[in-house]
Amino acid sequence: MRRKPEGLWAWILILISAAFLVLMLIAPLAVVLTESLREGLKVFRAAISDFYAVRALYLTLEVTLVTVILNTLFGVVAAWALTRFNFRGKRLLITIIDIPFAVSPVIAGLIFILTFGRMSALNPWLQANDIKVVFAIPGIVLATVFVTFPFVAREIIPVLEARGTEEEEAAVLMGAGLFTIFWRVTFPHLRWALLYSVILCTARAMGEFGAVSVVSGRLRGKTLTLPLHVEILYDEYHFGPAFAVASLLVMAAVVILAARNLVEWLAKKERR
Amino acid sequence: MASGIRKRVVPGFGLSLGLTLAYTGVMVLIPMASLVFQSSSLGWSEFWAAVTDPRILASYRVSFVCSFVAACINAVFGLLLAWVLVRYRFPGRRILDGLIELPFALPTAVAGISLTALYSNKGFLGKPLEDIGIKVAYTQVGIIIALTFIGLPFIVRAVQPVLEEMDSCYEEAALILGASRTRVFFTVILPEILPAALTGFGLAFGRGLGEYGSVIFIAGNMPYKTEIAPLLIMTKLEQFNYDEATAVALVMLVASFAVMFLVNCVQSRKLRYLGHD
Repeated sequence: MRRKPEGLWAWILILISAAFLVLMLIAPLAVVLTESLREGLKVFRAAISDFYAVRALYLTLEVTLVTVILNTLFGVVAAWALTRFNFRGKRLLITIIDIPFAVSPVIAGLIFILTFGRMSALNPWLQANDIKVVFAIPGIVLATVFVTFPFVAREIIPVLEARGTEEEEAAVLMGAGLFTIFWRVTFPHLRWALLYSVILCTARAMGEFGAVSVVSGRLRGKTLTLPLHVEILYDEYHFGPAFAVASLLVMAAVVILAARNLVEWLAKKERR
Repeated sequence: MASGIRKRVVPGFGLSLGLTLAYTGVMVLIPMASLVFQSSSLGWSEFWAAVTDPRILASYRVSFVCSFVAACINAVFGLLLAWVLVRYRFPGRRILDGLIELPFALPTAVAGISLTALYSNKGFLGKPLEDIGIKVAYTQVGIIIALTFIGLPFIVRAVQPVLEEMDSCYEEAALILGASRTRVFFTVILPEILPAALTGFGLAFGRGLGEYGSVIFIAGNMPYKTEIAPLLIMTKLEQFNYDEATAVALVMLVASFAVMFLVNCVQSRKLRYLGHD
């Protein structure tokens, strides 16, 4: 029942909803932009071209890229195993894949400190081979991968599940190999869901704060990601620069949101 | 399929399952196991002393109460938003709909500092609120606002598809039979969307329990008053007190798993009810 809002009540409900969203979502966005320009364009420009800010930006981009690639590959492979075949323990495996959703980001950081840090059984070996994980970039990547672990798998499993396996079976009978089947038969159905989940995964990886702040060690210019850089500026009362750098992340978030909506719209259009 | 012995036709079973198990093992199982391993090195009495420390108990209380209140606020406004976005066509609907996921896309630290600026006693909303006697920033109200922001998409996005799918003939029948709009909502519509709303509520509540980045800036972090449990884990870690950090984390983890378990129960009950399982 799609109807034009009729009557006073409908408009009152619409107005309350719009007011709530403006207050809860638009106002915080607007504040970042006004605060970032409050101390003038000069401060803004200095803050975002600052050496450490640029280093943090690059680190964030690198970590996000590695994380998204790893978790996308995993998501596709896991979805293949979990939807094309039946085996014992499938349910359990799906539950385990979902675990990171239930874990606080701070705990996600903590478990990598416990696994690779000073008191871990691996520590002597890591030291002997001069491998640094905790308070270094590998730790940041591990924590980010953990936090975004289920994103892609979770999104594409239902899509593949709904399609059944008949098309792939037909392709096998016609002599196609694994990669041909995946690329020519499965992937075309998966495209939009995959793109959608990659966008969500990117957003979370780029903005992850809690998990990364536990394992980062906050070495300026070395292990500071952009969100951590914002926190440090803010804690040092450099509010203008903090909001200036934050506004970069806001712009990224808006782009991600637009991309998400575009993908959703394209997918819907294709289904029709 | 009559028997369980059916040959696997599609290739790649061993390869894909092997890779999945290996990656899941390295990324999730081993790190999670290290948490259990670490806590087993703590004696039972030490563990108990750690998790029943008054400051830690207070932080659990703050985390639970604030997450619960925020999830309740989101339940009310989430249902309203889902209803308005699905049922009415009005100018600007697309934009409002597209905005819902903003809390997922915005880095939590950015949300944290901007909410703090907005609600501090000099802020655009904080100043008028303080004039009428409501302090938001650096109180539990601030924590609730941050958690409401973070949990906003869960209930809307859980309820929306159910409302889209719902056949309005029952609703119309009830209206024709003379039921009032309120009665139709509570007896026809609400039972239909309740499982989805509960799922969204559980997800928002669970997310609130673990949330860190958006809360710590606005909370003020005063022990016993506005200190959330994840922050306390962080504080213990910074003091290299790994044992107590692990103990606090373990209790939080059990609580989150319980929430997730309840969510799954609601979902599988709903599926059975619909005949999918």
